[in-house]
Amino acid sequence: MKLQEYRSKEILARHGVALLDGIVASTPAEARAAAERIGSPVVVKAQVLVGGRGKAGGVKLAATPAEAEARAAEIIGLVIKGVTVRTLLVVPAAEIAKEYYLGLILDRAAKAVTVIASADGGVEIEETAKTNPGAILRLPLHPLIGLREHNVRRVAFFLGLDPEQRRAFGPIMRGLYAAFMASDADLAEINPLVTTPGGELLALDAKIVLDDSALPRHPELEAMRDLAEEEPSEIAAREAGINFIKLDGNIGCMVNGAGLAMTTMDLVKLAGGEPANFLDIGGGAKADRVSTAFAIILDDPRVQAILVNIFGGITRGDEVARGIVEARASLQRTVPMVVRIVGTNSVEAADILRQANLITADSLDDAAAKAVAAALAEGGAA
Amino acid sequence: MSILVNNATRLLVQGITGREGEFHSRAMLEYGTPIVAGMTPGKGGQSALDGRVPVYDTVAEAVEQTGANASCIFVPAPAAPDAMLEAAEAGIPLIFCITEGIPALDMLAVYHVLRAKGARLIGPNCPGATSVSEAKVGIIPGEIHRRGPVGLVSRSGTLTYEVVQAMTDAGLGQTTCVGIGGDPIVGSNFIDMLSMFNEDPETEAIVMIGEIGGDEEERAAAYCAREVRKPMAAFVAGRTAPPGRRMGHAGAIISGGAGTAESKRLALEAAGIRVADSPSQIPGLLRAAGVR
Repeated sequence: MKLQEYRSKEILARHGVALLDGIVASTPAEARAAAERIGSPVVVKAQVLVGGRGKAGGVKLAATPAEAEARAAEIIGLVIKGVTVRTLLVVPAAEIAKEYYLGLILDRAAKAVTVIASADGGVEIEETAKTNPGAILRLPLHPLIGLREHNVRRVAFFLGLDPEQRRAFGPIMRGLYAAFMASDADLAEINPLVTTPGGELLALDAKIVLDDSALPRHPELEAMRDLAEEEPSEIAAREAGINFIKLDGNIGCMVNGAGLAMTTMDLVKLAGGEPANFLDIGGGAKADRVSTAFAIILDDPRVQAILVNIFGGITRGDEVARGIVEARASLQRTVPMVVRIVGTNSVEAADILRQANLITADSLDDAAAKAVAAALAEGGAA
Repeated sequence: MSILVNNATRLLVQGITGREGEFHSRAMLEYGTPIVAGMTPGKGGQSALDGRVPVYDTVAEAVEQTGANASCIFVPAPAAPDAMLEAAEAGIPLIFCITEGIPALDMLAVYHVLRAKGARLIGPNCPGATSVSEAKVGIIPGEIHRRGPVGLVSRSGTLTYEVVQAMTDAGLGQTTCVGIGGDPIVGSNFIDMLSMFNEDPETEAIVMIGEIGGDEEERAAAYCAREVRKPMAAFVAGRTAPPGRRMGHAGAIISGGAGTAESKRLALEAAGIRVADSPSQIPGLLRAAGVR
């Protein structure tokens, strides 16, 4: 789960990272009041989870409170990569002498929390990695003893900080690490970390991405989820314990297992169709979860056919078949359904499906082709 | 021959009295897997699976009493890291963790402790491994297999079954099929399994099933180009996955333009590995490579 900039900064500040205190605003009047309280030129920043907000006009400088109000009015309601701006962060404008990148990631190959640092800050680190990989330090930390002072010094010297800046850097590096570990993050980055003409070190922007698997033990972080920026269907799916991602096509997919769900989408595409979603009902799917999955898929009016692909293992096929039949009976809207159930209890499953007159398929390729044909026919009829 | 598990496996099941643990232990036993012990704290002295398997309170006791040499873990995510550590502490050299949803930072410590202990971990968030007609550890349905010359390694669960079924239907049997798990931190990677298959005299060809995210497939491709002389076929799931979204598996995410299905396909093909567009094409690719 991605956290908004102001949430990420809240967490970093709690762990002692130096940054300029900002004020959250959701109306132009609030932005004006925030600028008045700050009492100096401010930057008004759109709080959205998508990248590229600066280029999209979501970050603007304001010299006076009146200007802050005007800029806020421009930014609120702006649509950035499909997301409507609702919240702003008003921060004191900082004078920048130099920009750096400082991040921590969970490096799966190194099996370690790894520091990523670069003296070329303010740009996408992936871009620097491509154009100038030598400018990036990757420093894996010991997985059992964590960040030590020699690690901190190594990063500070790599960034070329002067002695005074090196002293200020310690609390920032240690705070970033503490925040990463305490919140079970996948990624925590400060970009840019800046030095001011006065020599101060400050975190100007921050991003934290949390490990979804660890969220159950962090209710305080779960509460920071920005529901306004999520698809309502994705919220409903999460509450039901279903992995769901909305896409743009017209063929709904319900599959058990993430790898098979991706493969099902790939084969729909290969058969000439467009998948409407990724949906993994998970292991041991019960009738009620199947029913919720259908409702979520059909919530999208573009869906013209559903492909159900269940390969038994942990999931029992007959339970799924019964769930499908029951769920279909209670749906507001129905579309053609192609159902393929293989594996544990698949004989019983096939009986149940046949009795309910659902389209069955022998193979995944066959199921994908039938779903594409069914969606075409449905689209033609509509 | 086969890899990881066989007739000499003496399996302990941690969490044998839970719903999933019991269901799958029954299937493992029916397949012929020697389950010598179960373990559930507080249920020591009882027995599981209709009196066929003794249950112990601790892994140490189970090992002492039964000589268990492999463990399969079905305990819920909050307790699973400790279950893996307990198994390694008791000297079990091969540990399968089926459990999904374990926080990555927990796995980091477990990974390094198990490595220091010399224990091999498969998973977590994996379906386990089956050595056909010998032993099945985990949740892969037993009936989809047929004994034969192909070894299979995959990051997925049900997608593995799909490919195995396609091979069996086409008359191509398997030595061992293993799922290494879809989490960012897993105990064993593609290369670990590929090198075992490479050494196994009975495995004549290898199938590798990858998915988007990370660069394990690319690394495996480079390894295969250097070390593996057996015919190979591969499939990579997630060609239609949008960037930046986690596709169910915590590991399956395309970030910063890296980890795409296309980059993996290119790396595999550059290593001389045939890559299928659909799981159903795998048997044909193996046949074309001369596998009988």
